[in-house]
Amino acid sequence: MSGSEDARSMVLTRIRGALGITKLDRARRAAVIRRLERHPRSTIPAQALLSSAGCVSQLAEMLTKQAAEVARVATPEDAVHAIASYLSSNNLPPRLRIGADLSLAALPWKAAWDISRVYGRAEPSDKACLSRAIVAAAETGTLFLVSGADNPTTLNFLPEFHMVLVKASDIVGSYEEAWDRLRKIYGERTLPRTVNMISGPSRTADIEQTIVRGAHGPRRLYVLIQG
Amino acid sequence: MAEATISFKKAASEALADGELQRALQNVKTGFVAKRAAAKSRLPEFEALRAEARAIKDHTLTHLDLYLEAYESKIVESGGKVHFAPTAADARDIVLGLCHDYGAKLVAKGKSMVSEEIALNAHLQAAGIEVVETDLGEYIVQLKGEAPSHIIAPVIHLNKETVAADFRRAHKGRLTSRRLSDVQDLVAEARSVLREKFLVADVGITGANLLIAETGSSVIVTNEGNGDLTSTLPRTHIVIASIEKIVPTLEDACTILRLLCRSATGQDITTYTTFTTGLRHEGDPDGPTAYHVVLLDNGRSEMLGGTFQDMLRCIRCGACLNHCPVYGAIGGHAYGSVYPGPMGAVLTPALQGLDHVRDLPNASSLCGRCEEVCPMSIPLPSMLRAWRERDFTEGKRSRAERLALKAWAFAAKRPGLYHALAAVGVLLLTRLAGGRGRFTRLAFAKPWTRVRDLPAPEGRTFQQLYAKMQKDRK
Repeated sequence: MSGSEDARSMVLTRIRGALGITKLDRARRAAVIRRLERHPRSTIPAQALLSSAGCVSQLAEMLTKQAAEVARVATPEDAVHAIASYLSSNNLPPRLRIGADLSLAALPWKAAWDISRVYGRAEPSDKACLSRAIVAAAETGTLFLVSGADNPTTLNFLPEFHMVLVKASDIVGSYEEAWDRLRKIYGERTLPRTVNMISGPSRTADIEQTIVRGAHGPRRLYVLIQG
Repeated sequence: MAEATISFKKAASEALADGELQRALQNVKTGFVAKRAAAKSRLPEFEALRAEARAIKDHTLTHLDLYLEAYESKIVESGGKVHFAPTAADARDIVLGLCHDYGAKLVAKGKSMVSEEIALNAHLQAAGIEVVETDLGEYIVQLKGEAPSHIIAPVIHLNKETVAADFRRAHKGRLTSRRLSDVQDLVAEARSVLREKFLVADVGITGANLLIAETGSSVIVTNEGNGDLTSTLPRTHIVIASIEKIVPTLEDACTILRLLCRSATGQDITTYTTFTTGLRHEGDPDGPTAYHVVLLDNGRSEMLGGTFQDMLRCIRCGACLNHCPVYGAIGGHAYGSVYPGPMGAVLTPALQGLDHVRDLPNASSLCGRCEEVCPMSIPLPSMLRAWRERDFTEGKRSRAERLALKAWAFAAKRPGLYHALAAVGVLLLTRLAGGRGRFTRLAFAKPWTRVRDLPAPEGRTFQQLYAKMQKDRK
C-alpha cells in the first residue's frame, strides 16, 4: 500500500515541480473547482442547432448515412408492427432480448402476440434485441444508451441485430444538450457505469481501408423513431 | 518500450525497396487524407473548435495535478481504484499484479497505444497469461509478432492476401477449404475467433482516448465494438492511460471528440464513443465487478513547463502521420518506435531519451504539413528543430557533420562571404554541367544522384539575378 502511495505522490510532486508550483495555490484550485462545477460549453456547431422537427429529420438522415436502418413510427402500435416485420423480413426467429425498460414494457405487445420477449443481459445465442435510447443527438446521428437493468449494455454489442427505440421528444441537437439531460436524471458529476454513444452498426476499415460492417458488434442497427 | 533502433536510415532504405509496403502505403493517401479534408469541410466551425480545444488542453496541463486528483476522487467514489505508475516498468508490474490478484488466465485487450509503449503483452505472457488483442488490426499484428505501423490503423502496411495467409497459419482446426479472399471473409473469421475469447476472458484491458475529471469516466472511440466487449464482459476491467489524457468536463470532451474523429478517420463521429465510469452498479445485469485505472507518467511530467509541453496536447489522431511525406514513403516500422511519424519523432526522444533515437528528429523535411493538419495546433516542426539543436549541442553527431555545419554557419552569418562563395560554387557547377542542365553523377552527392538527377545551376545565383533585375528596372 505504501508503495502505491509513494508512486502517487512521486508523480504529483514531479508535475508540480515541472509546473513551478511551490505552495498550495488557492487561485489554481478555485479555477479547477469552478470549471468542474460550471462545465462551460465551447462552440456548438451550427449543424447541432435545430428545431425539434429538424432534430428528428437530421437524426434519421445522419443515421441512414452511417449505415443504420431508420423507421419513423407514429404510435406504439406502429412500433410493435415495425419490430415484428423487421424480424420476419430478416428471417429471424420471433424472439427478442430486452431489458426492464418501462417504456418498452408498455408497448402494446399483444399486436405481435407471437414475439417472445426474453429479459435480462444478452447471451451469445441471442440473434436480435431491443433497447431504448434515453436521449439522442441529431448533430451526428448519435444515440445515447445507458447501462442498467433497463437496458443492459451487453444488448448493444452481442446480438447481430440491434433495434433501438427513441422517442422523438428525446432527440436534441447537440451532445451538450444530451449530457444536460443525463445530468438531470443522474445528478451533477454522476454517470451510470456505461454510456454508449452509438452512431451506426459496428464496422471496421482496418484491412486496406475497406469498410466492412459487423466487426465485433451488431451487423445491423435498426432505429425506430417514435412520435 | 521496445527501443527505437539506431539504424533508422537502414530501415528506411529497406522500406523504400519493399514493393508490398509501397503498394499498401498508397491507401494512406487515397483514404485518410481525402476523408479528413471532406469531413473538415463539412464542419465550418473546425478552426474555432481547434482554438478552443487547444485552450482546453493548455488549461488542463497547467492544472494537471489538480485535475488528476479530482479524477481520482471520482474513481474512488464509483468503487474503482487509481494506480499511479511513474515508469513503464511500474505500469507493467501493476497490471501483472492485478491479473494475479484476480486469477487471470486470459486477458482480452482493446486497442491501447500506451500498452504498446510499455510493452505490456510480453510482460503478461512471460508470466504465463494469455493475452489477446481484439481490435482487428492489433489482432493481426499480434499474430505476425509485429508492432502496429500506424497509431490508429495498425495494419496499414499490409495487404489482404498477407492477412489471409496469417489467418490460415494461426487458425488451426478450421476448414482449409474456407474462403478468405475478400476483406469481408477475413473480418467474419476474426469476429468468430475473437468472440470465443471475449466470452471467457477474465480481465479486459482498454486504453483511453480521454479521461474526464468531472465524472471519473474514461472514453474510448472505436468503430468495431471490441473495446466495449472488452470493458463489459470480463469480471475485471483495467483502464491504462497516460496522465495527459485528462480533460476537465464532458463539454471539454465533446469539443475534442468533434476534432478527433474528423482528423483521424474523416468520420463525423465514430460508430461507438463509450464513457465508462467505475464498476457495475447494484442491480446492473452486466459489467465488471472490479475496476482499476493505471495512470502512466513515463517521462511526461518532465515535459511540462518546458520546450516540449505542447506535445502533451496530442490526442493521437494520426493526421500528422497521414500527411507526412516521410511517413508516406517509408511507413511506420522504419521509425523503430511505437509512435511513428512527426508526433513520434517528437515524443519518442522525450520518453526514451535522445541518445537512442538521434535520427528521428532528422526524419523530416520540415515541410510543415503536420502542424497545418494537427487539430491541437502542436508546433511539430519547431519541436523537431529543437531536438536537432539539442542533438548538435550535445556533440553526438559525427565530426565531419559537425565541421560541415560549423563551416556553413560561419558563412551564413556573413552575407557578403556567403554570396561570394555561392557565386563561385554556382559558376563551378555550371561549368561542370557543361550545358546539360543536370548531373547524373557528382562527387559527394552520390546518395542523391543514385536515385535521381541533380539539377545544375545555370550561371548565376538568385542574389545576382535579383540585383540585375533591380538595376534594369531603374
